[in-house]
Amino acid sequence: MTNTDWPLWEVFVRSRRGLSHTHAGSLHAPDAEFALRNARDLYTRRGEGVSIWVVPSTAITASSPDEKDPFFEPAADKPYRHPTFYDIPEGVKHL
Amino acid sequence: MATAAAHQTHGTEERRAATAAYEQAFDTAVAADERIEPRDWMPDAYRATLVRQMAQHAHSEIIGMQPEANWITRAPSLRRKAILMAKVQDEAGHGLYLYSAAETLGTSREELLDKLHSGRQKYSSIFNYPTLTWADVGAIGWLVDGAAITNQVPLCRCSYGPYARAMVRICKEESFHQRQGYELLLALSNGTPEQHEMAQDAVNRWWWPSLMMFGPPDDESAHSAQSMTWKIKRHSNDELRQRFVDICVPQAESLGLTLPDPDLKWNEERGHYDFGPIDWTEFKEVLKGNGPCNEQRITQRRRAHEEGAWVREAAAAHAAKHSDRTGARQA
Ligand SMILES: [Fe+2]
Ligand SMILES: [Fe+2]
Repeated sequence: MTNTDWPLWEVFVRSRRGLSHTHAGSLHAPDAEFALRNARDLYTRRGEGVSIWVVPSTAITASSPDEKDPFFEPAADKPYRHPTFYDIPEGVKHL
Repeated sequence: MATAAAHQTHGTEERRAATAAYEQAFDTAVAADERIEPRDWMPDAYRATLVRQMAQHAHSEIIGMQPEANWITRAPSLRRKAILMAKVQDEAGHGLYLYSAAETLGTSREELLDKLHSGRQKYSSIFNYPTLTWADVGAIGWLVDGAAITNQVPLCRCSYGPYARAMVRICKEESFHQRQGYELLLALSNGTPEQHEMAQDAVNRWWWPSLMMFGPPDDESAHSAQSMTWKIKRHSNDELRQRFVDICVPQAESLGLTLPDPDLKWNEERGHYDFGPIDWTEFKEVLKGNGPCNEQRITQRRRAHEEGAWVREAAAAHAAKHSDRTGARQA
């Protein structure tokens, strides 16, 4: 039995209350409990976190970079979703 | 038969066209200073170069724990001991960040460790020198971590995303390493004549090997040009070496220690310090395996791996048992 039999985990750290968890990196661990402890020692040695999530890397479904353009295309031609799209007369306030 | 062959040719051509398109997208992204991410297409040679460099880097972090760990039990105070333990633990962490970054390129942890243990992948030659006195811990922090920082800061902008991100994390932590070493040397330098002498001796022994950490001179550096085009590297070896020398000279003065180079002097015209020739024969010898500690470092690493096997096995067995139980409960 070797290290590679330990699955890979993705580590997400909440740096302080009020912020969301952010991806910090990954590590190998035999189970979720060890993954949490290893993540604490590896990614929060200087108080970088108040909360940690560990997720088996295999549980993540990702969009493919190959289909990057078509996949995100629907958002590209809709500038009217942005506030700057609209012409508002000067002097109009709180808008 | 003829039709099949025609089809095949057609397929190959299509593939070639697709590769060319991918290659162009890659070149454009790199030229625009965008980051390449794990699932992006990348040239095989780019991938291989990164694996080689990141593996060597990760190996250096964990082999680098040995010369310093050598002094943990003999640290002169509890304060120094706690600091040294934290530093050595950081280096383990750096190794882990880099191994997992390397794994995003499709290599495995086991493969990387195996190549280290069998000598097929290298680690930085600097760690093949012994730590003879306590002052060596200071000299390593100041000079070796200092040289590493000079090398690593530009790597935070490396074109490969996971490598660059690991380097950002590492660089943040390295600053403490360098400062604790400097402070340690300063304490010795201002101490008794014997302590001062010890500090000077350590600097004498670590100075030249630290300059070699930047690698061979530019005109002999095999991979440099390509790595610069790929933006894995941002500055040449000689450029970084010069930068390091310029930083160290005034720092040595503040320490009250001298750098062991009679040719070291300010060159007004260049705006840099000139320094003496580096003994590249020594560098090559150490690289070949003939340094003072090559054998010891790798033997120790293999032994640590073998002796830790039962821990890895026990943890895996515990995990298996636990998941069986939760599985049974759920069923
Ligand atoms: Fe490090
Ligand atoms: Fe360090």
